[in-house]
Order: sequence, then C-alpha cells, then structure tokens
Amino acid sequence: MFDGIARRVVSIWFHRLASDRFLRQYPLSGPFALTIKHSNANRLYCLNTEAAQQGLHQGMSHSDARAFCPKLQTAPADLYRDQQFLLTLRRWATRYCPWVGLEGRDGLVLDISGSSHLFGGEDNMLSDIRTGLTRAGLSAQIGLADTRGAAWALAHFGEGQAAPGAMLPALKDLPVAALRLDVKTTTALIRLGLRKIGDLATTPRAPLTRRFGPNVVMRLDQALGQQVEEITPLAAPPHYGVRMTLPEPIGLIDDVMAGTKRLLTRLCATLKTHEMGARVFVVTLRRVDQGHQEVELRLARPLRDPLRILPLFEKGLSEIDAGFGIDQLRLEATQTEALPAQQMTHVATDSDDRLDDLITRLGTRIGLENIQRFLPADSHIPERSFITSPAAYSTAASGWVCRNPRPLCLFHPEPIAGGGSYPPTHFRWRRMSLTTGRATGPERITPEWWFDDDNWRSGLRDYWRVETTQGRRLWLFYTPQNPGWYVQGEFA
Amino acid sequence: MTTSTLPYFPLKRGRVHEVCGPGSFGFLAALMAQTCGPTLWIRESHRPEYINPMGLGEFADPSQMLVANVTHQTDGLASAEEALRERAVALVAIDISKPLSLTAGRRLQLAAKTGNSTGLCLIPEGMGSNAAESRWRCRPLFHAQDSTHFHWSLIKNKSGTVGSWHVRWNRTSRRVDMVSPVSE
Repeated sequence: MFDGIARRVVSIWFHRLASDRFLRQYPLSGPFALTIKHSNANRLYCLNTEAAQQGLHQGMSHSDARAFCPKLQTAPADLYRDQQFLLTLRRWATRYCPWVGLEGRDGLVLDISGSSHLFGGEDNMLSDIRTGLTRAGLSAQIGLADTRGAAWALAHFGEGQAAPGAMLPALKDLPVAALRLDVKTTTALIRLGLRKIGDLATTPRAPLTRRFGPNVVMRLDQALGQQVEEITPLAAPPHYGVRMTLPEPIGLIDDVMAGTKRLLTRLCATLKTHEMGARVFVVTLRRVDQGHQEVELRLARPLRDPLRILPLFEKGLSEIDAGFGIDQLRLEATQTEALPAQQMTHVATDSDDRLDDLITRLGTRIGLENIQRFLPADSHIPERSFITSPAAYSTAASGWVCRNPRPLCLFHPEPIAGGGSYPPTHFRWRRMSLTTGRATGPERITPEWWFDDDNWRSGLRDYWRVETTQGRRLWLFYTPQNPGWYVQGEFA
Repeated sequence: MTTSTLPYFPLKRGRVHEVCGPGSFGFLAALMAQTCGPTLWIRESHRPEYINPMGLGEFADPSQMLVANVTHQTDGLASAEEALRERAVALVAIDISKPLSLTAGRRLQLAAKTGNSTGLCLIPEGMGSNAAESRWRCRPLFHAQDSTHFHWSLIKNKSGTVGSWHVRWNRTSRRVDMVSPVSE
C-alpha cells in the first residue's frame, strides 16, 4: 500500500449489536433477546449476555427458548435501525482514521496505517476504542493485524493483535472458519483434517485449488498479506444544515426573518453546489430558557431559491412563541431531491412556479396532501375511473377519454323505491317527488372481480340517464342480481 | 332557436360572485371553460358530492382543476383569500355551508381585487352575502330533445340589472348560448 509504512488494519465486531442498540434505548435487566420471523417461525436473532449464559443461542425458536428460560424477555428485531446504528458508529470511528468501512451487518473495518501515533501507539488506540465502546454500552471484539482478513479473523475468533509482518504465528491456531469461508467449504476442510489455519498454510496449494476452487487459497493469501484487499471507506452523506448563534436574544418577527434569510442564503448555496433542491425545511429556534420551537415548511416542489422560499416561512414563524428571546437559529433541509441546473429560456413562463408557490402556501395551512388534482385511471367503474393524488407530488396528466356520458357530480349511491328493470316513472329522491321524462340506457357495468369492493357486492349494474320533467338529470342504476334502484350522480 | 350572447357572463374579473341552486356545479363548469387557466375548488371534506372529472371533461380540461379539501369553512375562506390574492389561479370556487359575515365577504372581494382573479361561492339557497358582486340561481330544465338546457336567473347584480335566461351548453364551441324559453 504505502511504501515504507506498514499497513495496519483494525476490525471491530459488534457481536451483540442489535440487542445492545435496543437495550441502550430501553434498559432492562435479566435475559433478553430480539426475535426475527424466519421461515414462518419466530427465532432468536440477537441475545444479551444473560440470555447466552442461560444456554440459549441464536437461531433457536422463540417457543423453545421460552420453555428453557421462562424469564426471557423479547422484542422484535428492526434491521433497518440496526443498519442506521452501524452507520452512526462508522461516523464515530472516523475519529481514529479517515478510512472506515463497513464489515457485513455488524462490523467496522478501520485502516489505521499512519494514524496510530496520534493516540500514542496502537495499544493506546485500541484501549481508547474499547473504553469508548464500553462507555456507550456496546460489547465488541477487536482485532488488529496487517491485513483485513487477519484482523477479521482475530476479531471474530481470537481477539488480539498480530505483530507487524507476523501474521501466520497469530493466525495458525485459529479454526479455518476464520478465513471467511462458507459453511460448506469449512465442513469439507474439517473432514479432511484441516482444522486450523496453520494446517492449511502448510498444505500444498495446487490440490486445494483443484478440490475447492480458487476461493480458499485467495482468502488465505488475503489473510496472510500475499494478496491485497482494499478497504472502501464510505463517503459521509452531505449534511444540509446551518445554524447561527446570536450574542443577544431576539424576539421580533422581522429579526427572526432576517436571521432565517441569512441561514437560507448559506444553505441554498450548499444545495446549489450539490445540485439538490429541498422538499422540507425545518427551522429550530432555541430560546434563552432552553426551550425549542420548530417550524416545518413543506414545499410543493424542490426549491433552492432563497428569495422564493423566504416569504413562505412567514406564516409559520409568525406563530411561534419567542418567550424571553431566541438566541440560536438552526435551519435544516430534512428532505432533499435532485434538482439539476436548467437552461433559462425566454419562452419559459413563471405561471407553474406561481401555482407551486400557492400550493405550498395553502399546504402550510391545510396540509400539503389535502391539495389534490385529478389523474385518469384505467377502469370502467365510475368512482375508480379517476384518482385524486396530492398535487405537490404529481404532474398534470392529459389523456382523459370518456366514451359514454358521465355525470358532473358523483356521490355515494342513494337507494330509491322502484321495481322492474326499467326506470320508475315516479320516484322520490331527497324528499323530492320526481317524474321521469326521458330515460336513456342501459349501460351495463360489471364489477372488477380482482378488487374486493364492498360497494359492488350487489353485482353488476345497469346505468340509466334519467331526465326528470322537474329538471334534475340523474344517473340511476339498477342491480339485476340483487334488485334495487339507486341514484349515484347528477348531470349538469 | 335564436342565439345571442348572455349578458354578465363570463363573470366580471376581480370580484367574487355567488351561485345557488341545483345547477351550481354546471354553472361552475361552464365558467371554468370560459376562464382560461387553472381553477381551485375548495370543498369541505365531509361533503358527499364530488365533482367527477370524467363529467367535467365535457366542459373543460379536468387537469386544470385543483381540489383543496378543508375541514372547516374558516380554513376554506382563508385558503380562498390566499388563492385569490396570489394570481396563480384564474378561478377560485368555494363551497359555503354557513352564511358569510359581511367582513368575510368583504375580505374575499379585496383579495379578488388584489389578484384580479374571479371568485365563485357555491352557496345554499338564501345564504348569500351582501358583499357579493352578483348572485345567480341555476336549475336544469327539461327539454324534449336536448339535455343541456338550464334556467339561469341573475337575482342580484351590483353593476346592472337582474334578469332571467334560458341557456344551453354548446358542446362544440364550448360556450353558453342563450335560447328562447322552452315551450312547456
């Protein structure tokens, strides 16, 4: 890797990551395990020390575990939050070196070449890592070696250090499973009598490759440093947040707006360099009495133009209670979307921008999802032939095809009295006495059997346009399979 | 059948008007067809009636319509004011269920004037506000051959006389034609 500097790699294995994360949040004593649903049975996924001491093990079914240990407390596992927690730990580990990568679902790998002297040597650095993790309530096993493979093996099977350049003495007593081989290969190797890495290293290589493929020899070479293995550090995601601390508390709306404007200018510049636009902004105002006030702004489309965004904050900021004054402002774009730079043209109009701004403004009052637009849908069922979707998250669609006349106004079917398959001559609807003047129909619509719709339980419907002599033009339907007449709409 | 243009329609811009009667939705659809541009329809979410875009397609482009679902009339009025002032939409229609106070009606008028947009309140019979520029009562008419006939009467007008007309929706030219009264 580097000429003249020996490469040193630390591997950290959090062997109880999931349960440690849970117990940090909800501390409890006694045996505890997280369960996961696997092939239709609840199985133990991650146990704490007490549970392991009771003889329970990972992969055991939940009911068996309860039979062995009635005091066992369990909670369902949350793999996503475990992953997020591991990413947090990765960020924490960058204090030791910039090259930190993930190792599977529950490990970290750190390339500490040339950075251990900053902590006073490797031993001090390892004890520093261990202290930090213990204080955080995490159990971890740490391995240190020249290669990633050897460090992994030490973390999982030996927990120790390998002296620089002396990988084989440290590894030779570890089982072959420490080479990151799959279970099938490991079992086959053990059957051949190759139990330890030391045995494997002294075996002729050609028969091994012929018998098991190139993987075994490659893993051995990687562990012993004869083949290079890289560590891919994760790039930290960009953080869209700015803050400002004030020497004197402020309370007037104009001052808060001015402060927000400064923050917004800075944040929008950051968004611009990443070609991103914000969908949701959160302003957090810290008061001198340590209280927090949050104002959220949800936009109808991604934006990064401070002059357009600022007026939209006005309503939210005017409603906060400043108390004895505000001494810190923090602005964060919590939800962002790609917003590439676009060519400006003289034909482009600003009417779309205006409409989006209006949707945002109304959205701050009545909720962004309550402003909807119509989109065509492919269905013959009248109430499903269109969908309403939030205007902020959809674009206007053309392509409205209507073969048969449809009423302008729809409502839930209202039963009327009537018999026979022809529309009744006289009927009462909404306390009005109506007379059929002209009836056009029927148009038969069958329910969509692939949807389970309660309203269509009565079977197929024959729709009629009924023009009453009183003027009202109604949309009636008759259900022949379950006789009855209903009014469902009104024409203009 | 004589055809001539209907007075006072399309409605005066920059003002708020009112419509009542069973043909209100038809009136709104006809007005939407003649005011080019996006329309916002503010409705209270508990109301059962819903405008069907498939039926609206006969009058105007359904993709031009935005629906705002509000829980109270207070929210609806505030949203209507905002939308009228903003110049983003050409027409704002609002369902009214409780009578408007004089202040609320006047605020709507001022907002419409600022944004030079048209407002239309769909009111229940007899719940008009004094501030409205004009008030229409619409009902569909039965006609032996044609099913697009309406009876529109202008029952309040701040800038002219009132009147009553028989009209029909002309599907090809997408406009309202005045017709001679139906012989019953």
